Amino acid sequence: MIRFQGVSKSFAEGRDFAVRDVSFEVASRAFVALVGDSGSGKTTLLKMINRLIEPDQGTVSVAGESVQGMVGYSLRRRIGYVFQGIGLFPHMSVAENIGITPLLLGWRPAEIEARTAELIDLVALPRSYLNRMPSELSGGQQQRVGVARALAARPSIMLMDEPFGALDPVTRDTLGSEYRRLHETMGLTTVMVTHDVMEAVLLGDRIIVVRQGEIVADGEPQELVNVHPDAGVRALMDMPRRQAERVRILLQERNRRA
Amino acid sequence: MHERFAAAARLLPDYLGQHVLLSAAALSLGFLISLPLVVLASRNARIRWPVLGFASVVQTVPSLALLALFYPLLLAVSAGWAKLFGHGFSALGFLPSLLALTLYSMLPILRNGITGLTNVDPAVIEAARGVGMTNRQRLLRIELPLAAPVIMAGVRTAAVWVIGGATLSTPVGQTSLGNYIFSGLQVEDWVSVLFGCLAAVVLALVADQLLGLIEVGVATRRPRLAWLGLGVLLAGVGAAGVGSLAASGQQAYVVGAKNFAEQYILAAVMTDRIHKAGSAATARVDLGSVFAFRALANNGIDAYIDYSGTVWTTVMNRHDSLPRKEMLREMAVQLRRAHGVVLLGALGFENAYALAMRRDQAEALGIRTIADLARHAPELRLGGDFEFFARSEWAALRDRYGLRFREQRQFQPTFLYKAVASKAVDVISAASSDGRIRAYDLVVLEDPLQVIPPYDAIVLISPARASDPVLLRALRPLVGAIPIDAMRQANYMVDRDSDRISPNQAARWLESEIHVN
Repeated sequence: MIRFQGVSKSFAEGRDFAVRDVSFEVASRAFVALVGDSGSGKTTLLKMINRLIEPDQGTVSVAGESVQGMVGYSLRRRIGYVFQGIGLFPHMSVAENIGITPLLLGWRPAEIEARTAELIDLVALPRSYLNRMPSELSGGQQQRVGVARALAARPSIMLMDEPFGALDPVTRDTLGSEYRRLHETMGLTTVMVTHDVMEAVLLGDRIIVVRQGEIVADGEPQELVNVHPDAGVRALMDMPRRQAERVRILLQERNRRA
Repeated sequence: MHERFAAAARLLPDYLGQHVLLSAAALSLGFLISLPLVVLASRNARIRWPVLGFASVVQTVPSLALLALFYPLLLAVSAGWAKLFGHGFSALGFLPSLLALTLYSMLPILRNGITGLTNVDPAVIEAARGVGMTNRQRLLRIELPLAAPVIMAGVRTAAVWVIGGATLSTPVGQTSLGNYIFSGLQVEDWVSVLFGCLAAVVLALVADQLLGLIEVGVATRRPRLAWLGLGVLLAGVGAAGVGSLAASGQQAYVVGAKNFAEQYILAAVMTDRIHKAGSAATARVDLGSVFAFRALANNGIDAYIDYSGTVWTTVMNRHDSLPRKEMLREMAVQLRRAHGVVLLGALGFENAYALAMRRDQAEALGIRTIADLARHAPELRLGGDFEFFARSEWAALRDRYGLRFREQRQFQPTFLYKAVASKAVDVISAASSDGRIRAYDLVVLEDPLQVIPPYDAIVLISPARASDPVLLRALRPLVGAIPIDAMRQANYMVDRDSDRISPNQAARWLESEIHVN
């Protein structure tokens, strides 16, 4: 579905590589989590898929076709994009925000209205919210609208850049698992950037670890934890388990003392 | 007081209408030019500072100077245009005012516009790209609507500046509320000055509030409010347009006048005579000395009164001196040949530059002539109007008599006589026909070397009206009909401190005095 072939991207006139000779493929209906520290190049990789960033070398293709040959804005209308900044249009109502891509694609108003209603149900917000302005919503509700907006034109690919990173932990967990269900039921292909290993393990079928612009690990979560040759990767992937273990021990000690 | 207020109020529809039209045109043009610049500059940081820098520099030029600078510029353009297309356009009045005020209006719109567009939340911009908007869609659907309140705030500031600045367009021949202020200042009619100021202030406040309504409507997304503001604003401009169109329909003849009482009175006499001949006429007053002749030569005005010595030196650039009759004859030929202007004749009195001082002081020092003055000049202070020190007559007087004063000061003509009467200066540049010479008990010093050329008041007619029977029939009887005493008296009626009458009333008095039919 998505394919990177020898892709490089440098900033600061070639001295500093953001991405160095990266190749990988994402199968249709896969849920891939791109994990890495800030500055590792994971967001650059994601944005090269919908041409928000152009590679210096190599090709990125979607559905067998190089994205370089496509018109940028047409490509982006076919791909859902959700990011940490949310970026709802503050001067448009929730309904207008959700319906923007269909509008740009020239859908008929009745179609747009039906689709908007369908989507507000899908992201579990009351229909009365359609007439609200973004500023009247909480952060979590805003990102639900953000997800609905990305899904509006029925894309088959969703790109998500730290989508729930700015939300409180409970909302973040709820939204994450709800999105995972949408991913399943709608048959989407999702690439999600996160620096949170826990989120990556809980949501992704496959995890790609990026370090200094290169892929250092790629596989299913349990595979990376147990058998990966790189000790750093094993330690990283094992972190959720170790943290859970520490929480369990702490709670036991507290209980014993009490 | 009531009478003067009523007189000012009668002029309001014309002055206000023209002021509104000029301001609205300048603001609209400024907005239309600024908006694309704002978009370009917000996308490209490299052209941002030249654009803002240019607008800031324009802002630092005093508005009066900016207005005045457009006149020679347009004159040159008009001359080129005339060569290409056969006829030029008027470099006076509406056009230079419009261009100068347009430039003036641009800084706040540019500055606010660029701030507004560059400060749109980057997350919103990223989202706009992410949902698949083209650059154009992003600009029209996202950036401009979000920056609109900030841009509107800039338009409000610009509107207030333009309405204030438009009062300064009077000296370049554009009628505006500034006519109240400039004319009022000349004849010390403070009611008129105050009336003009208040009218401009009220107009600025009203425009500001209506634009504010649009701003609030845009900012809070209440389109009905914005449309209401825009509707009332457009209705106002429309009314001004209809009003001044109606006024211009009956302006068959335009009589020009420079900026002092004698000129106002003579312009009123001329328009009155044209009225009596059965045609419509208006006066365009407060033209700068050089503007007046250029306006006439370009058919911007149809007739006005100038003075032979002024035309001789400033228009014809002559520095020699001829006896009165020969000078007039030569001038008539030259003006006709070089400019197509007709010299109809001399009115019969002279308004010459002269040096005057307080009688008591002159007698105490034993000064009767300028030659006497030269001996005492190093202890005395000289006051002149703005034009005087730049004129060749002053240079000639200074050099021929060896005049060296202790101090030289410039005054607005109105204050010049007060300055000498109140002993702020000792000698002033006076006009020989000025009624205040007698009123303040001044003496005019003799010019034994005849350095100053004759300054006969002469009637000049524009090329387009050179053989216009109505105009010529109306004005010809004035030739040789106005003696110096009558003119001095009429001037004094307008200039004196108490019992002052309007130039129009003085014109009626003068007409009855000189028995012209």
